[in-house]
Amino acid sequence: MSAIFTIPIEWYILLSTVLFSIGVLGVLFRRNAIIIFMSIELMLNAVNLLLVAFSSYLSDSKGQVFVFFIMAVAAAEVAVGLAILMMVYRNSKSSDINDLSKLKW
Amino acid sequence: MITTYLFYLLAFLSIMFGLMVVFAKNPVHSVLYLVITFFTIAGQYVLLNAQFLAAVHIIVYAGAIMVLFLFVIMLLNLNKETEPHKSLWLKLSATIASGLLLVVLVGSLKNAGTIPHPANFNTNIGLIENLGKTLFNDFLLPFEVSSILLLAAMVGAVMLGKKSIK
Amino acid sequence: MIKLVGLIPLLPLIGFVIIGLTGKKLSKQLVSIIGCGSVLGAFAIALEIFFQLTGQAEKSVTIDLFSWITAGKLSIPFSFLIDPLSSLFLLIITGVGFLIHLYSVGYMSHDEGFARFFAYLNLFIFFMLLLVLGSNYLIMFVGWEGVGLCSYLLIGFWFKNTAYNNAAKKAFVMNRIGDLGFLLGIILIFVTFGSITYHDVFLQAKNFASGNPALTAITLLLFIGAMGKSAQLPLYTWLPDAMAGPTPVSALIHAATMVTAGIYMIARSNILYTLSPIAMETVAIIGICTALFAATIGLAQNDIKKILAYSTVSQLGYMFLALGVGAYTGAVFHVMTHAFFKALLFLGAGSVIHAMSGEQDIRMMGGLKKHLPITHITFLLGTLAIAGCPPFSGFFSKDEILANAFENNKLLWFLGVLGAAMTTFYMFRLYFLTFKGDFRGTKEQHHHLHESPKSMTIPLVILAVLSVIGGFVGIPEALGGKHFLEEFLKPVFEDSSFRMVHSISHQTEYALMGIAVLVMGGALYYAYTVYVKNKTLPAAEDEELKPIHLLVYKKYWVDELYENVITKPLNFFSDALHKVVDNQVVDGLVNGTGRFVTWISGILRYAQTGNLGFYLFVMVIGIVIILCSRML
Repeated sequence: MSAIFTIPIEWYILLSTVLFSIGVLGVLFRRNAIIIFMSIELMLNAVNLLLVAFSSYLSDSKGQVFVFFIMAVAAAEVAVGLAILMMVYRNSKSSDINDLSKLKW
Repeated sequence: MITTYLFYLLAFLSIMFGLMVVFAKNPVHSVLYLVITFFTIAGQYVLLNAQFLAAVHIIVYAGAIMVLFLFVIMLLNLNKETEPHKSLWLKLSATIASGLLLVVLVGSLKNAGTIPHPANFNTNIGLIENLGKTLFNDFLLPFEVSSILLLAAMVGAVMLGKKSIK
Repeated sequence: MIKLVGLIPLLPLIGFVIIGLTGKKLSKQLVSIIGCGSVLGAFAIALEIFFQLTGQAEKSVTIDLFSWITAGKLSIPFSFLIDPLSSLFLLIITGVGFLIHLYSVGYMSHDEGFARFFAYLNLFIFFMLLLVLGSNYLIMFVGWEGVGLCSYLLIGFWFKNTAYNNAAKKAFVMNRIGDLGFLLGIILIFVTFGSITYHDVFLQAKNFASGNPALTAITLLLFIGAMGKSAQLPLYTWLPDAMAGPTPVSALIHAATMVTAGIYMIARSNILYTLSPIAMETVAIIGICTALFAATIGLAQNDIKKILAYSTVSQLGYMFLALGVGAYTGAVFHVMTHAFFKALLFLGAGSVIHAMSGEQDIRMMGGLKKHLPITHITFLLGTLAIAGCPPFSGFFSKDEILANAFENNKLLWFLGVLGAAMTTFYMFRLYFLTFKGDFRGTKEQHHHLHESPKSMTIPLVILAVLSVIGGFVGIPEALGGKHFLEEFLKPVFEDSSFRMVHSISHQTEYALMGIAVLVMGGALYYAYTVYVKNKTLPAAEDEELKPIHLLVYKKYWVDELYENVITKPLNFFSDALHKVVDNQVVDGLVNGTGRFVTWISGILRYAQTGNLGFYLFVMVIGIVIILCSRML
């Protein structure tokens, strides 16, 4: 029993678009760097979901293999990103991105 | 029929918990909501016949990445009180901007192309056997290269995490 | 054997590479063996090819070596053309070149740049062979530029002397003017004929009407190139200055071979020239003017090499006169004999300079007959040959040119005879002042006087023999001989033959010869009375000269004229360009652009607030705009 026979792909596209937009909302809405990070993960997952959906509907396993790679990149990104956040927090005692405003004129 | 209802339920849950990730006051709660979101997405994978991917998804995201987030949050001792606040005006504009993006994305993905007839669907592509064949036939080099990426990330994380860099 | 033609230029090139790269480590002996040996090898092959060519019916052989430039419709093969003209030039270049290499072994033996000298000489031989062997104008141009480079390197061989360097620069720049004309000519040939291979061009040119403007333009442009390389009016002033180089260089490059490249080029393109009477007339007029002009200057010079240099310019003028009146064979004949006797004279002069410890002023010489017997005899033979005394080689070639000029235009003939008289006079003036009378140099020089070593005298003797008998390949019909050279070169000039009718009767030809010999004798006698009987000496530096004498002695102030009319205004102009256009306009523009960018970016950088939230917000808005524009 599979969803692909009963659910049109447009629903999956809509779902991942909504999840992606929620991710964007999180990035814009919050100032805590870790929450922003998590929102980015949410966006990545939205894209993953879309890839898997297309892969299933087109009967092409390459899309799912691609998701593996995205997971590998996400894992690497999280490891490095969180390490950077730790360093930032250690230096500025804050995880507020508005405190990271050294990069200006 | 049950799959249709399942899809609606999972979709509703993932959107709801996704929003709660953004709006939760306490970062720890955000992390937990995100874990639930990931579980719902894993459910979608199962519905899409990507059972192996669903398992990997739960292991990597819920098991590893989110635990890492939790660790960090607890290490930094973040809670409701330390949470910085944006002004109402900024929050409003952020909502409008992302809503705009949603509308535009939906509009542009409206005509995303045609899908073959359901009779031609192959429901076995999500099996480990098929995925493994694709991965080690067509994507062998990227697969090996990604190991270097992970190694580099590991080295980088260790370097950054050290007490002081001399 | 003809297949081996690629070896002819390759041998000197190998010699150049070996000597050029390892010269300092090799012994002088080894350097001279490699240097001379490579040219001798080339000469042997050239000789073999020459005999094979005379033996076979097919007179024009093209040897494809490799495809050189292929772009669109343009396809230029790197191929060599062997025909009577190029094989004759091959013989002259490698033969005379070898003798001069041999001579240099003795002449340059005390020079610290010995290896460098031989490397340059070999490189020169390579480029010169490329010039005459190429089967299209582009290869000729490569050789043309190459010999120009070697000429520059060798004139400035003693680079520690600023004056020599300036002479080298002058030669290079003046040649550049001519080369521009040559290059434009080649481009025009390509535009007109769609090819620059001799064979294709000449085949098509036959269908052109005489006096076609495109042909006239091509030939005139090519002639500008020839003017520069062969030192014709008004681009001749570099050649006398080029005497700054070592004497073997003057003999090889600035007398025997390189300066005749212009004659080779026109003789090669004879069909084009024959079809454009205007260009022919220009060539003839420039030729005779140069011949006379340089001869008058030669009358009053005191530097042994300068006299020979002006005589070279003058003889080159004769060759162009021959080309201009359609006597292509005569021109090539004179190139050959001139190569023999002028190389001989230069080498003899080198021997004299060597003996005089570097002294070049003939007022300081005299009476060298006793001390330099071999040099004296060979020099005398060379002088007789250039003066056109029968039966020396110069007589036959000059006679042929004058006979053809007579046929074409009586005035050209008269001026030619006048020039020949002057040639005789200044050459014997040189000879008498150098070898006859008493020694006028310092005691020290007198003590040092000695005959040159064998390696220098052997080439002198060989060249002297060639100067004497060289003319016998072209004995005119009127004297009952057979013109072997004309026979040999016939295939090359076949298509231009309608201009070269020998309508002249034997009686006229005898008369012309008689007049030429009489005039020569008269000039010889006059020189004898002035310089031997009356022992007149040329005026010393500080002496007041009569206006005409001064005019000639100062070479008509042509150098000063060029300096004031061309060089100084150009310098002033470029100075003005530098100060106004470059410093003010160009620099102002560039600096202004820089300042403008700094100013604008100074304003723009305030957009970099450093607020990450703001950046993200702007990014999302940007994505929305991009997607919107995609949707519309």
